[in-house]
Amino acid sequence: MSLKTDNRAFGARTADGIGDAFMRGAVGSAQDSLKTRRLTAATALGDWEAWRELGQQIRQHTLANLDYYLEQMADNVERRGGHVFFARTKEEASGYILGVVKSKQARKIVKSKSMVTEEIEMNRVLLEAGCEVIESDLGEYILQEDDWDPPSHIVAPALHKNREQIRDVFAAKLNYEGDETPEHLARFARTVLREKFLEAEIGITGCNFAVANLGAINLVTNEGNGDLTAALPPTHIAVMGMERIVPTLEEMEVLDNLLCRSAVGQKLTSYITVMGPREEGDTDGPEEFHLVIVDNGRSDILASEFHEALQCIRCGACLNVCPVYRHIGGHAYGSIYPGPIGAVITPLLGGYDDYKELPYASSLCGACTDVCPVKIPLHQQLVLHRQNIVSQGRTGSVDRIQMKAVGKVLSSPALFAGTLRLANPMSTLLSKHGRIVRGPAPLSGWIGSRDLPQPVKKRDGFRDWYPHREGGGHS
Amino acid sequence: MKVSIFSTCLVDLMFPGVGRSMVEVLERLGCETDFPASQVCCGQPTYNSGYLEESKQAMINMMVAFEQSDYVVGPSGSCVAMFHESPHIFKGDPTWELKAIALKNKSFEFTQFIVRVLGITDVGARLQGRAAYHRSCHMSRLLGETETPFLLLDRVDGLELAPLANADNCCGFGGTFSVKMPDISQQMADEKSACVVDTGADYLISADMGCLMNIGGRLSRTRQEIKVMHIAEVLNCAADPVKGGTTS
Repeated sequence: MSLKTDNRAFGARTADGIGDAFMRGAVGSAQDSLKTRRLTAATALGDWEAWRELGQQIRQHTLANLDYYLEQMADNVERRGGHVFFARTKEEASGYILGVVKSKQARKIVKSKSMVTEEIEMNRVLLEAGCEVIESDLGEYILQEDDWDPPSHIVAPALHKNREQIRDVFAAKLNYEGDETPEHLARFARTVLREKFLEAEIGITGCNFAVANLGAINLVTNEGNGDLTAALPPTHIAVMGMERIVPTLEEMEVLDNLLCRSAVGQKLTSYITVMGPREEGDTDGPEEFHLVIVDNGRSDILASEFHEALQCIRCGACLNVCPVYRHIGGHAYGSIYPGPIGAVITPLLGGYDDYKELPYASSLCGACTDVCPVKIPLHQQLVLHRQNIVSQGRTGSVDRIQMKAVGKVLSSPALFAGTLRLANPMSTLLSKHGRIVRGPAPLSGWIGSRDLPQPVKKRDGFRDWYPHREGGGHS
Repeated sequence: MKVSIFSTCLVDLMFPGVGRSMVEVLERLGCETDFPASQVCCGQPTYNSGYLEESKQAMINMMVAFEQSDYVVGPSGSCVAMFHESPHIFKGDPTWELKAIALKNKSFEFTQFIVRVLGITDVGARLQGRAAYHRSCHMSRLLGETETPFLLLDRVDGLELAPLANADNCCGFGGTFSVKMPDISQQMADEKSACVVDTGADYLISADMGCLMNIGGRLSRTRQEIKVMHIAEVLNCAADPVKGGTTS
């Protein structure tokens, strides 16, 4: 998997999503139940807004001093006997990981869920080198067995699949003979995966937060697979986006609280672990520890007007409230990062050439901004993208001509008043029984599915009524 | 109290009854109104489409049009929210930032003005029936006003408010979003319409004509017999209980 999950055009991807009744049902009910659970967990913390403020401050402080904390982190990992690699690009990142794998002559790799490993195309690189790579997160494992179906949600990657589909995948690929009961499916996967953990020569995890003053990484999971991946194989490679760092455990505690409550509506997930290189006296843990810190465009984002997007802690709450995501699903975004945060960061990581539609896939309702636990102004960032797309001349010529014309009309009170007067006669040919029934794009987009009243005649308009009304007025 | 009417372009173009109702209610409540004729549109259609420079001139026109006003009141949480956004858009501008702040500070959405400035919750309106209320995203999230429409509707004689499922989900309007992404917008409007129909309401009420035009347009296309009313029209149902509903 890479950042891009689908080469088709945005329209085709969206049509697929809208046409997938099951996926929409699954996403809708997941959103509805997560909404209540998130709200309950947030309320239970007390003064959620103050916690969000704190979360925002922590993230902004860390980003403003990122060089300092990354250096501190690297020093502490190395002091503890671990290895640190700063990767400028995804190629450097996956190349380094391949190098470690080769130096160990390893073939069997187990990994836990990590979006950044998807971003750097690590699985492809390792598979091409002849390694066996097993995703141990249940959702990711299902997708892997389904011929590497792309994830559709950053927390729940297989959200788009139902239990019957999962049973069919297991039956076809793993000779599973049981029914579609989730417990049976999970028990089956657990048995298969347990062997993989024991056999693996290398374990690869992501990193929810690096704790700079300890040189440790923090993993937040529910299945426990992350801890097995990190602790059982002799070598552990952790991969992190360079922004995912906190100064100390104190800040980690705040962000873990925000993360768990926002992501899954839990006070804490089942496993919250702080780990790193194995030290003298430790009874378990890997013999060798590597930390790969990935830039891959993040320095550019940090220096841009989109720097607040790097505050993201990947909780997925914005996906869970987004009405657009609700109806088109994650695959329609064509990126491993879907939903509102995906529509902000995917064009930054992958460029406007491939992703210029994403910032428009939002009604700017602001639900994402409202729910974000670290207060990223997501809907405003989508508008910023639109401004860039316009200023780079990437919009269609029809859109440009129309919007420039609207801008012209709005720039002059006389033109605006004149347009109001002309709207009715100009729309007469397009109208029937007081409704507009035909017209070119973008009008056609509306009237294809919704009625639209015809603009009123000047003499019936508000502006004509006002000065002549009973009692009169000042105009 | 002197109030300048901010009519909004949808009311100017298509829904004059909403503007009339707003003026009549405000005057009945003792306000003296005026209508600065040089007002245009708030600039949101171009701003949300990424045309920043084109939008700034519209916003400047509005600052000039309402410069002398004590209060500016409009029948749209979304359009008024645009005034509240403008200080951020003109941040650092030596000429216009302060004027943008001044306009923001004196601008109120219609129901917000009645409750928060006039201090009134019972306007003496009467409307018989069951209603679903759609809270617009921009009014509740950007303007931050979630209470005033409900405080006023609670006091409308004869009106029963039905709980609306998924009330905080967007209806799919989003201005230019509705025509740029019509297929997605339609799905959102469909789900919203279904939730409205499920309430068994006689009326769908909101404080934003954009949303009402969208949900109403879908209800009308699918032949649902629900009367669509702006809250100003509801609050203007005083002397004559069958009046109003020019928007459906």
